[in-house]
Order: sequence, then C-alpha cells, then structure tokens
Amino acid sequence: MKANSLNRYRSLATVLTMVFSLAAYGDEGLSTQQLLLNTLNSLKQGSMPEREQAITQLSEIKHARSLGILQALLDGRLFTLKSDARLVTGTDNNQGYAINDAISGAPLGAIERADVNKINLTNKLRVSLRKIIGRLELNADDPVIRLAAVKAMGSEDDEDALGLLKARAAVEKDETVRKAINVVFLVQEMNSSDKAVRIKAIDALKEQNSLDVVNRLNAMVEKDESGNYLETDADIRNLAKAALIKINTRVQFYSAIETVFFGLSLGAVLVLAAIGLAITFGVMGVINMAHGELMMLGAYTTYVMQQLMPNYLGISVLLSIPAAFVISALAGMAIERGIIRFLYGRPLETLLATFGVSLILQQSVRSIFSPLNRSVATPEWMSGSWQINDFLSLTWNRFYILVFCLLVFMLLLQILKRTRLGLEVRAVAQNRNMAKAMGIPTAKVDAMTFGLGSGVAGMAGVALSQITNVGPNLGQAYIVDSFMVVVFGGVGNLLGTLVAGFSLGMANKFLEPFAGAVLAKILVLVFIILFIQKRPRGLFPQKGRAAD
Amino acid sequence: MFTIILRKFVAKRLLAPISIAAIVFASAAHAEETIKVGVLHSLSGTMAISETTLKDTMLMLIDEQNKKGGLLGKKLEAVVVDPASNWPLFAEKARELLTKDKVAAIFGCWTSVSRKSVLPVVEELNGLLFYPVQFEGEESSKNVFYTGAAPNQQAIPAVDYLMNDLKVKRWVLAGTDYVYPRTTNKILEAYLKAKGVSPKDIMINYTPFGHSDWQSIVADIKKFGSTGKKTAVVSTINGDANIPFYKELGNQSISAEKIPVIAFSVGEEELSGMDTKPLVGHLAAWNYFMSVDTTKNAAFITQWHDFIKNPKRVTNDPMEAHYIGFNMWVKAVEKAGTTDPDAVQKAIIGIEFPNLTGGASKMLPNHYISKPVLIGEIQDDGQFITVWQTNKLVDGDAWSDYLPESKNIIADWTPPISCGNFNTKTKKCSGLTP
Repeated sequence: MKANSLNRYRSLATVLTMVFSLAAYGDEGLSTQQLLLNTLNSLKQGSMPEREQAITQLSEIKHARSLGILQALLDGRLFTLKSDARLVTGTDNNQGYAINDAISGAPLGAIERADVNKINLTNKLRVSLRKIIGRLELNADDPVIRLAAVKAMGSEDDEDALGLLKARAAVEKDETVRKAINVVFLVQEMNSSDKAVRIKAIDALKEQNSLDVVNRLNAMVEKDESGNYLETDADIRNLAKAALIKINTRVQFYSAIETVFFGLSLGAVLVLAAIGLAITFGVMGVINMAHGELMMLGAYTTYVMQQLMPNYLGISVLLSIPAAFVISALAGMAIERGIIRFLYGRPLETLLATFGVSLILQQSVRSIFSPLNRSVATPEWMSGSWQINDFLSLTWNRFYILVFCLLVFMLLLQILKRTRLGLEVRAVAQNRNMAKAMGIPTAKVDAMTFGLGSGVAGMAGVALSQITNVGPNLGQAYIVDSFMVVVFGGVGNLLGTLVAGFSLGMANKFLEPFAGAVLAKILVLVFIILFIQKRPRGLFPQKGRAAD
Repeated sequence: MFTIILRKFVAKRLLAPISIAAIVFASAAHAEETIKVGVLHSLSGTMAISETTLKDTMLMLIDEQNKKGGLLGKKLEAVVVDPASNWPLFAEKARELLTKDKVAAIFGCWTSVSRKSVLPVVEELNGLLFYPVQFEGEESSKNVFYTGAAPNQQAIPAVDYLMNDLKVKRWVLAGTDYVYPRTTNKILEAYLKAKGVSPKDIMINYTPFGHSDWQSIVADIKKFGSTGKKTAVVSTINGDANIPFYKELGNQSISAEKIPVIAFSVGEEELSGMDTKPLVGHLAAWNYFMSVDTTKNAAFITQWHDFIKNPKRVTNDPMEAHYIGFNMWVKAVEKAGTTDPDAVQKAIIGIEFPNLTGGASKMLPNHYISKPVLIGEIQDDGQFITVWQTNKLVDGDAWSDYLPESKNIIADWTPPISCGNFNTKTKKCSGLTP
C-alpha cells in the first residue's frame, strides 16, 4: 500500500529537512508530485488517524504548496469539489468562495458555498497541525508570526523544538523574538545540572511575566505525597520562593486591573440597558415593562442587517446602530401614541398595559423569526483580546461596548442639554402644566421623548447582540437590571444612571471571586434594598418641587 | 364485526369521495374510535425554544403511525396542550389530559422541575409519561419512562473519555444553579474522587439562569487551567447562558485545544442559533448525533424535513428519544392488545426497538432504556464529528452508584421487587408500590 512506500520517505525525512523544505521550493520532481497526490488522497478520504498520518507526511514532503495546504486545512479553507472531488483551497468572496487548485495553486474561479465539502478536523489533528505549522513558521518573514511560533514551541518540552530555536536564535534579528527565544532557553536552564546556571536563570526570569516560568517555579517548591520537597537543593528552593513572591505581586496587580476592567464592562452593559429607561421612566415617569423588548428589537435589527449583507459583517453591525435606533424609536412612539398616552398618571395601569405589550412583542418575534435564538456573528475586529502579557488581556468586544456606552451617554446628555427637544423635554418633566402654558406641545414632546428613550434601548440591543443570545427572551433578562440601575441612581437623573451602572458592575465583579456568581448577585440586590430603605430617591435624588 | 365495517368506512373515506351521509357517519365514528396521545410541551415562554421541536416530532411520529394503519386498528390522535414553561401549569395540563381527554399516554416535559411537577399527577391517576431529555437520574416511577440519558449514559462516559483519551488531570465542573447540574456534578465529583483526582484539581462553579457576564469566571478557568496540567471543563450550563460563555472563552483565547469544554446541554438545535466560530472543537456527549451515518438516521432526517417543510431544520437527541419512546409504547400496546396503563407497563419492559445510530435500545425493568454514548466535536456548520463512542449500549442506571445515599438503591418494576427505590441492604422498598 501507499503507506509502506511512504514509510521509507518518512524515515529519511528528519526534522531538519522539514525546516529546509521551505528553502527547497521549486524542487518538484515527479516523485514528489506523486507523493503529494497520494498523501492528499488519504487526507481527502481517510479516517481521522489516516488524516493525521497524511498531515505529518505532507509536512515532510518538499513541495512548494505543502505549507499552503496545511495552513488552509487549519483555517478550514481546504475543500473538495462536490462535482469531481478535486482538492481546492478557497477564500471567502461575496457569494461563496474563490477557489484555487490545492496542488498547482492555479485559480479556478468562484464557486457556491454549497458546491464544496470541507475537510473536517478534530482537536487532535488541530494540535498536531498547529505544531507542524508553528515549526515551519519559525522562519516566517513577519516577526509577529515568528514570535507566536516561538511562544508556542517554548511550552513544548521537546528536544527538536529546542534545536530549531537554537538555529533560529543564531540568525534572528528582531529584538522581541530574540528575547522570547532567550526566555525559552532560560526556562530550560532552570533545570540544568549546574547550580550556578540555575541560580542565574531564576534570577533573570523573575522579571518575566511568563506563565511557563511560574509553573516551573511552582514545581520547584512543591512537596511530594510524603511531604518531602521535590527540589532537594534548599538554596534553589528559597530562590524560587523569593522569585514567586516577586512575580505574584505583579500577578495580583494585573488581576486587579483585570477585575476593574470586568467591572467597567459589566457596568457599561448595565448603563446601556438602563439609559433608555432613565429617560422614559426617569424623565417621563412611565413604567415601561416593554423596555427590554425594545432592546430585543434592536438586537433583531442587527440580525436582519447581517442577513441583508452577509459579506460585510463589520459594516452591517455599525449600520445596525442607526437602524436599530430608528426601528425601536418608531416602535416606542407607536406604543406611546397607541397606549401609554391614555394612561398618564395611572402607573399601575401603565405597568400592566406595557407588560402586555412586552408579551405581544415577544410572541410576534417568535412567530416571525421562530422561537429559536438567532445567530448573530461577531465581526473580526470585535473578537479576541488584547494580550498585554501572559497575565493580563482585555477582550475587544467588551472594550468596544465600554466605548460605545460612553459615546451614547455623551450624545444623550448633549441632546438633552443643547437641543430644543432637550429643553422641551426638561421643561415638560419639571412642570407639565407650566410648559403647556408656555406653548410647548406636550403631547408631541411626550412622543418624541418616549421615542428617544426607546431608540436608545434599540442601540443597546445592538451591543447586547454581540455578547448574548438574540432570542425572544433577551429583553426579560435585562429588564430587572435596568430598573435596578435607574432606581439606584436616582429617578430622573442621567448622571445617576451612569454612576449607578458602573458602581453596580464593579461591586458585582469584586464580589464574584469571593462569593460566586449566584451569591454576588444576591448580595448586590440586598445592598440595593437596604440602600433604598435609607435613601428612597437613590444616589442622586432630584431636587426641588418638581420631584414631589 | 362492527369495528371492521367502520374501518372500511374510514379507509373508503380516505380513498374516494363518498356520500355526505357516509362522511358524517364515518367522522362520528372517527371521533369515537381514536386512541388519544397527549403532547405536553411548552409552546410559549422560555422553554418554547427547545420544546416546540419535540411537539412537532410527536405530531410527525403520530402521523407516520396513522399512515401505517394506526394502532390496534384505531387511528391515533394527538392532543397538544401548552403548559407555557410554567411548572405548576404542567401538572394542571397533565391532569386535564388524563381526566378530560383520557389520553392513553403523555409524551412531554423538558426540565426536571416540570417532570417533578407532573409526577404526582400521573402516579395518582395512573397515567403514562414518556420523558425524552437527559437528566440527573435519582428517580424511578411506576408511571414514568425515562428515554433520555441518565448520568451514567452521558456524564460518566464523557469524563472517562476526557480522562483516558485526552489525559485530563484538572477538572472544572461548571453548571447553572438548579437540580440537574447540582446532582450531576455531585455524582461527577464523587466519581472523580473515586478515580483518585485530588480535591484541589476540581473546581466547581455555579451561575444563575441566563447568566451573561462570564468574564470573571472564564478568567478563573483560564488561571485554573494554566498550571501546565491538562484541564477540561465539564459543562452543565443550561440553554441561553451557553452562547455568552463560549463567546467569552473565544475572546479570552481559550481554544478547544487548550481547555476543551464538554457540554451535556448543547445539541444541534441549540447550535443552529449560535455563531459557531468560538465553539469549533469543543465537545458534547449525547446518545445521538444528526451526523451519524446510518440508513435509519438518513430516513428519519428526510422524514423530518418533509414533515416540517424546511430542509434546514436539524434533528437532535431528545427527538430520537421521543422516536424510541413512542415506538416502544406502540410495540407495547400491540403486545398487550390494549392501551390500559397497567397492561402497557407490564408489556413494555424488555421491549426492544432499533435506535437511529445502529443498535437496539431496550426498555429496562427500572423504566430507563439502554443507549449508546457518543462524544462529538463541534464543527463550524453546527454539526458534530463523532470522536469516540461506547462499543455497546449502556444500560441506564436510575440510582447512581457513586453517591453514598443512593448506591444501595435500585429500581425494578418487575415482580418480586416491583419498586422504584428498593434498598438492597435492608431489602425494603421505601416508596410507592403498586
């Protein structure tokens, strides 16, 4: 069988030839071509273990396309055509894929998504693929890729990897990559037989923010089952302990920063959810139980926008923001004109009526879109995290939501402070009759205010679609939190909402590590109940006669 | 016989247009001569997301059985009620189905709370309930048949796989805070400790329903998993909380290769509403995958697509459980020759029916069934690749052997024991006896 003849090649192929296979581009003898074809065949049809073998073989074949094919396989861009089972690599274009022949690299034009079968991978294959590609990428042109490859190889405990890194260190010009390689060597030297080398290595490494280092140091101070230290040399042990203390102070500092960030980002979500309510409930005094469903409408708008322009994920999310504002604002105005305006001054009836509206909205979404959650994709620039070091990374989606929340808040504040609508809204909120007497069309202002609050809820829905489920129940999950924030902050005060949202977010996140998520939430609720007992008007009560 | 004449009338009515009188006669007869089957799944409220599909599955199965000529010469008639994700309403609706509609059997419930709420009703009125969802076990009722997986048919094999194949040394047991995750994690914790895992290598975490802010917990998992020992998350996180969880994992760059998550509540249906990018490579343990390549499964999928008139809809594990449960009930009724609950209860034990993944599931004396266990990796099309499966069917165990309070208890509804919680030590039945 093929495998037998291949074994001969495999025994010849050492790791070194693997590295040089990149240098050997262009050397496409007939046997190599044949070998490639055979390997690709088993990649195409084989079972998972056969595929794994094929991947190893592929990395050892000196063919110009090997790395390209492996990379495509890892990225999920390696397909077989349904028509003639040809192996192709694809890149996303607007309608489907632009495909190239996997072997020759020749472009084959565009094709529908449904016309290809993807070559599937399991975790096991992905791990070995990444390892192989990492080794090939150690000599990539881009220093960022090289750095990632070095870091990945550093955590492998493997002689081959060290050999490759040594070879790389000799020619490496980029400072950061060289430092990273050096760290790997130092980590190795911690287990050296020469005590002086070990001491020097530990000394140098205690300044590093590296997880590998922490794990190795921890291993040095661990005891075995009978209570004896695994590390027999007491000097080394003490050094390791001192180094750990030093690193741990830094780790604690970073985790404090992380917790603050978590608190701010949870706060941002709370503020976003509550700020629309702060206008309708706070300024107008309407208890709108359908507020959550207005957010849900915003989230569904994002979904529809993505369906309309499936190939421009990033832009569609950005465009969803104004679209969601308009849709939710219109829905809000319809609710105000149709129902709420007949019920001003009757809070209980308003509560019941808007609760009914929320059920109607939920059920209509169920009928239109299905009761199942809808999948809203996250654009590339919003996924992943900003990796500052091994101990601190900030996720992009939360970061953008925090920024978005602050922007929305500023905008709203400006609208209320600087525009004519804002002036009228404030006038009506302070004294309806007086405002009416001054010629302000209160009915129109009511509708506009409610529309504004609802529109902001819609924008919040866009943000929520990026972090949670888009489904009929989205609104219910946030309505209680929204009311909580508004009441805590002080009814009728936007700044209060902002402060309340962020402080509740922070409180929650600082409690969570000690108390657990369930208890943290309960503690926060208990705190609010007690707080409201003491200060029924919230953090920033509205002053003056209007408040009564 | 009179019934035979009636049957001919019914058949004629289906085949050719006949006189109005006959139609009136036949449809009157039709109303009398059906066997009613209750479908008790939420069609509104939070659980509608999962349960609506099961209602449709039941309608499809009943429709199919009617095409085959019904049961005992009678047509089956589905009585669909909507308990609206409201647990007490489940009990009320079950009572209505049994007393007012006089259904022969009820197929329904999803959450354990809803089952616990229906349980006293079916026991009091001697009804039959087929429960199709994986759950925590620790229960066996004379009137309930559990066609979903018990912990030893899902959770324990999943942990075995992680331990033996992926060499996992550190464990995060993460779950939503209610009875199923709590019990399952209790069983798993006892099991892991019995296997020699030290308590400091186990992290247990509970979150409220619909939890959406996973930042700190995922950061904790990351820290827990960064000690150099292979770590895995065993997730009993329920429904809606899953998407934010997996998104956060992806954002904090925890890939399935580093820390795999094995889930017991994420199936094809749930995946169809998710952006699958951050989930690729993570695992799930079920007794059925839509991707399993058998002729029976292919036929089932085609039938489902034809029935629901949407070729994009997926099939999932609880659907297969209903498929098996319904067919077992049909076979038991045929064997008993009546729909009388006592006769069916007796007849159904030992009945075998081929499941969709190639094998024959059997109704066991403890009212659980035998099932294969499959572990799959999530692909970006929302389907699973099977990476491991048990070589034979696993018998459902009603009372876990790993919990000290239930290890001496067995369930056996055949004489001489005839008991749902029989203590093998004291030889006493502490529960309801027929």
